[in-house]
Amino acid sequence: MSMFDVIIVGGGLAGLRAAIAAKESGASPLIISKIHPVRSHSGAAQGGINAPLANHPDGKDDSPAKHAFDTIKGSDYLADQDAVELMTSTAPSAIYELEHWGCPFDRTTDGRIAQRPFGGAGYPRTCFGADRTGHYILQTLYEQVVKQQIPVYEEWFVVSLIANEGTCCGVVAQNLRTGKLEAIEAHAVIFATGGAGRIYGRSSNALTSTGLGMSIPFWAGAHLKDMEFIQFHPTTIIGKNILMTEGCRGEGGYLINKDNERFMKRYAAEKMELAPRDIVSRSIQTEINEGRGFSIDPASGGSGGGYVHLDIRHLGRAKIMERLPGVRDICLEFLGIDPIDSPIPIQPAQHYTMGGIDTDSNGKTAVKGLYAAGECACVSVHGANRLGGNSLLDTIVFGKFSGIKAAQESLESKTKCRIDANALKMTLKQVEAHLQRMCDNRGNENPYQIKLELAKVMDDKVGIFRTGSDMKEALDKVRELKKRFKQIRSAGMITPFNYNLLWLLEMEGNLDVAEVIAMGALARQESRGSHSRRDFTKRDDQNWLKHTLASYTKDGPVLSYKPVTITKHQPQERKY
Amino acid sequence: MTTFKVLRFDPAKDKAPRVDTFEVPAEKGLTVLESLYYIMENHDGSLAFRSSCRAAVCGSCAMHINGKYRLACNTQVETLKSDIITVQPLAHLPILKDLVVDLTNFFKHYDEIKPYIIPDSKLPEKEFVQSPKERRKIDGMVDCILCAACYGSCPVAAGEPGYLGPHALLKTARFVYDSRDKSTKERLQLVAHNKGLFRCHTIFNCQIACPKNLDPSGAIAKLKMKSVWSSLKEILPF
Ligand SMILES: Cc1cc2nc3c(=O)[nH]c(=O)nc-3n(C[C@H](O)[C@H](O)[C@H](O)COP(=O)(O)OP(=O)(O)OC[C@H]3O[C@@H](n4cnc5c(N)ncnc54)[C@H](O)[C@@H]3O)c2cc1C
Ligand code: SF4
Ligand code: FES
Repeated sequence: MSMFDVIIVGGGLAGLRAAIAAKESGASPLIISKIHPVRSHSGAAQGGINAPLANHPDGKDDSPAKHAFDTIKGSDYLADQDAVELMTSTAPSAIYELEHWGCPFDRTTDGRIAQRPFGGAGYPRTCFGADRTGHYILQTLYEQVVKQQIPVYEEWFVVSLIANEGTCCGVVAQNLRTGKLEAIEAHAVIFATGGAGRIYGRSSNALTSTGLGMSIPFWAGAHLKDMEFIQFHPTTIIGKNILMTEGCRGEGGYLINKDNERFMKRYAAEKMELAPRDIVSRSIQTEINEGRGFSIDPASGGSGGGYVHLDIRHLGRAKIMERLPGVRDICLEFLGIDPIDSPIPIQPAQHYTMGGIDTDSNGKTAVKGLYAAGECACVSVHGANRLGGNSLLDTIVFGKFSGIKAAQESLESKTKCRIDANALKMTLKQVEAHLQRMCDNRGNENPYQIKLELAKVMDDKVGIFRTGSDMKEALDKVRELKKRFKQIRSAGMITPFNYNLLWLLEMEGNLDVAEVIAMGALARQESRGSHSRRDFTKRDDQNWLKHTLASYTKDGPVLSYKPVTITKHQPQERKY
Repeated sequence: MTTFKVLRFDPAKDKAPRVDTFEVPAEKGLTVLESLYYIMENHDGSLAFRSSCRAAVCGSCAMHINGKYRLACNTQVETLKSDIITVQPLAHLPILKDLVVDLTNFFKHYDEIKPYIIPDSKLPEKEFVQSPKERRKIDGMVDCILCAACYGSCPVAAGEPGYLGPHALLKTARFVYDSRDKSTKERLQLVAHNKGLFRCHTIFNCQIACPKNLDPSGAIAKLKMKSVWSSLKEILPF
């Protein structure tokens, strides 16, 4: 049985940053990740990371206060303003730190970090490295983890927390290489397991971004917050739904419908293509729904639905090769078209989970000893709609804060949270029994059919535009699927690299998180940010300027609400 | 229908690897990775393979497909122009299960070359000043996704597990050519030996195998030059 001060579950940006901070605070951290850290979803981030550095000639007047205001307005006033202010005022030092660690950002002519315009931002403040920003930051942080000799259990799959009288004191994880389950003790645990996008079918997320990372803390008593707010990214390639970064539009790309019209003028005359994501996604979907999109030739396969064009041809070969080479590769490899010569067929797809495990700005959850950071957490700085470039910032800022706090508390509480050997054995046995039951199940439901049905109902009924009756249907469906999931036919065994079993466990998490999303969405009778209802089309600050909280009970999630923190900015109508 | 011939091996149970055959319905745009999922979900749940991003950026899914090193996720079945697709793990590496290989050595060598920046001890208040020209020197070198295709393809690495490998040498170059790094001498010492730079016989397999079109052999050649120069500089009077 091993013992660490702080266990960090997740090797993406939030997890790695938390681990480095914990180590620098004098604690002994351990990173556990179901995939090698450099394979984490964070590496797929393309466009960039926001900070008011004022390096761009058009951004000289930028400041943390302006960055905060854009973020709050972008959030449709659901973000906690104190948390946003903390994030934007920390942003410059957080970026310089990455740069000092060697992150290969693009450069301005005078040798400073280059910045590009992004949606919903008053100034060009998105720092970037071509369209591979996430890859560069992830490599940089992993390099620091190697330097600091922080141990990593890679390809270990966390399936449960260990708790002692309500205090979290470790995790149970499966070593995928041996198949064995092990209990690993710690004085504090930080969840940094990323988003839950794969609950949906059409999603830009990695296949590893599932709901389990949010559901494990949820089952243990942490709250899920604002889960109904799901971001749909406007521009993903048809069929595969791989992202075309907002940087395409930041660099000057157009959105064009089948009548060859830059239709954004109808929806956001001033910001056009660079309006926030919720607005651009709704605009595209409206074009498609009203017959001004292209329709997908069914023979071409893929996920169906219509599309519009993202046109970057006028940027010219040189700029595309320099600033958007990854985007070009994706078009060549997955669509067989070259965006230098052809417009890119795109459609909106699920992209980001604004909600997550409820934390304060130090990453603390409702469970003692348990912290969360990154996309799986909700501080909340993104509210009802996240601005592009703010989520990478969220991971490194709050990853660091949670690492520091978890280290401090674990060093203070060293003696307190030990669990006795028998109780530990019991926990391990229970988890093992659960996995074994999953393997032994010989019902007649095909689990992959359940996965497909879940993805479809979430795509169709809890998508960009929502109505009460649709969401009610979705909720009923999720509950039906949960029942059917108990009757699956599985031919599994607890063996090394049994990815089939891993998927089954992830699906269990997906179903519970989907239920919370649908419940929260159905309950919220207003339109705010990404939550856009056809039956309640207006934002309703009187009744709904509040966060949704979901708590786990055996009979299903229970919803409650808590107020939004407002410091300087009273809610106004959101116009772009 | 396309026929997939997939190498299977469970070292705990099997004496030797075997090949299993599966049929996967043809579909426009279908990738090899999607086909493997189809097999796992419909034919044989025990098939083991790594994946994550499904967008050619995370380096999980490098395999040997129809005779070439490729990423399963960005390889469309159609473009292979063949009714039979063979899928094997990266060569020369111990198989942990089916298509999952042991990358312990690969990452050990990565660790050995001090894969992190070593700048001057005094850091600037803001960012380091680095001109676009200086930044361009590390283009490509910073794009390695650590997929191990190069390492698997390298006959030298196959024969000498102690050989650092193309990825570790490319990573060395990434720091040597970064204007912010100040430890070129130490870095060259770490690689200029017969299990490093001088083990490379310039066979170019790595460059051919790299699914990101990077040039580890070019980087190795540059480093060789640089290291010869710097040792010459020490003995020459000028
Ligand atoms: C295609 C794409 C492009 C994006 N581009 C941008 C951008 O340009 N700018 C921006 O700000 N944001 C962007 N985002 C959003 C941003 O990338 C993510 O929100 C962010 O990277 C999440 O980081 P994370 O550290 O929270 O999680 P992740 O990077 O997803 O890491 C999660 C980690 O948790 C581990 N894990 C999960 N579950 C378990 C378990 N049960 N046991 C063990 N380990 C587990 C995984 O192995 C992984 O290491 C983009 C998102 C997508 C989908
Ligand atoms: S150099 Fe190319 S082949 Fe080698 S690990 Fe890097 S990306 Fe893969
Ligand atoms: S799944 Fe990430 S590179 Fe193929």
